[in-house]
Amino acid sequence: MSELEAAVGAGVLGADEAHRALLQATVEVARAIYGAKAASVFLLDEAAGELVFEAVAGEGEGELIGMRFPADTGIAGWVLTTRQPLIVDDLSSDTRWSRTAAESTGYVPKSMMAVPLLVDERVLGVLNVLDRPAESRVRLSEVDLLGLFANQAAIALDLLQRARRARAALAGEGRLAPLARVAARLEEGERDTAFELLQALDRLLAETS
Amino acid sequence: MSAAIEFHEHADEEDLPAWSLPAEAVDRIRVPVTLPEQVTRDWAWGGSTGAGVRVCILDSGVELDHPLVGRVDRSVAVIRDDDGELQVVDDAEGDVAGHGTACAGIVRELAPEVELTSVRVLGSGYTGGGEILLRGLAWAIEEEFQVVNMSLSTTRTKYVERLHELADRAYFKRVLLVASAHNMPVESFPWRFASVISVGSHEEADGLTFYYNPTPPVEFFGRGLDLDVAWLNGGTLRCTGNSFATPHIAGICALILGKHPYLTPFQLKSVLYQTASNAEAAA
Repeated sequence: MSELEAAVGAGVLGADEAHRALLQATVEVARAIYGAKAASVFLLDEAAGELVFEAVAGEGEGELIGMRFPADTGIAGWVLTTRQPLIVDDLSSDTRWSRTAAESTGYVPKSMMAVPLLVDERVLGVLNVLDRPAESRVRLSEVDLLGLFANQAAIALDLLQRARRARAALAGEGRLAPLARVAARLEEGERDTAFELLQALDRLLAETS
Repeated sequence: MSAAIEFHEHADEEDLPAWSLPAEAVDRIRVPVTLPEQVTRDWAWGGSTGAGVRVCILDSGVELDHPLVGRVDRSVAVIRDDDGELQVVDDAEGDVAGHGTACAGIVRELAPEVELTSVRVLGSGYTGGGEILLRGLAWAIEEEFQVVNMSLSTTRTKYVERLHELADRAYFKRVLLVASAHNMPVESFPWRFASVISVGSHEEADGLTFYYNPTPPVEFFGRGLDLDVAWLNGGTLRCTGNSFATPHIAGICALILGKHPYLTPFQLKSVLYQTASNAEAAA
């Protein structure tokens, strides 16, 4: 129910966009800091066993969102299952990976930094930074920095998922949908009687629980 | 072979006391003093190729016939059968990600004559990964590999207790678990356990350079930056990560055990400490 409160409080419809913007800002900063061609976040769809492009900055921006691929293969899959960050240069020599990447995105990066997005015990997805400048030799401090970015991206992704779940519960045929409609209507004009009714309902539920 | 090795190979464990020590049994548990006054790298692994040491790579599988990996003595995978039970079966899939091959290649480079076994615990579907990892680790301990490379970890606390039990069991069975540490601000396992050897990365380019960390839980730093590692289809890939520092330490442990097979995990950790690049005596 805390998600419901959060969703109603934040304005159900606006929250999704705000959290998506936060995620987008994170990948944009990651891309800028590393001077990379692209940065992206994959969301893990656990039920489908797939990774989904959730935010992209740079190469592929605007085209890849929503694209899916299997979560248990390739470099992102390895990062996801082992919870270990991995930095790979000269990716093009990994033919299996390149082919998969090219088929799904049309873009084959030369290098990739991939780090798991972890919130508490859960792994939510993977943050990727693709094609840093060729001359930039990776340092371990950059790996640590990537971990910090991943932490931020993971929080944004967590918020986005919460907002989506709340929205699903409140939308259309969801059991709590009437509540969302009531909340929306309460904002329209003078609704003193409706507020009194709401308070009475609250008291009734408190007494019977 | 030295007398010390003979002692351990021929001792009948049934005759040895387990829970208390009667006076007449003292003679039966005499153990050799295994470490010399000055533990040097030459004493530790000089002349060793890792021959006779069985190393297990718990990962995504290992590609067969990779020129940098060479012979893989056995490949198994943990799979879920039709009844939902986990089984350890012989595996012909090779490597589903490339990562296990990289780890195997690093161990082979340092300790060219070790016996390598691959246990594939990754890549057989995302869900149930923790259970598969536990089953694979339990199998490796049952099989009594001297060294198990674990360039992976789990963040699920529900597995911590069982992982901890397995790590302790391994420790007492002289199965050395070498596990990648996390360089992110999260809790993960089993590298945090004192019964394993946990590994982070340093930035130097020498595979035999490693450091003891006086402020654990990360106990050792191995080579983990900008490495050309074995990858799929007989190729190589330039990689960075603690995942690759770990098999460096595993390889060094295999070298040491090749020369001193009777060392217990706690003695071996002491040898690593004494021969670390930041220890005075190593120079």
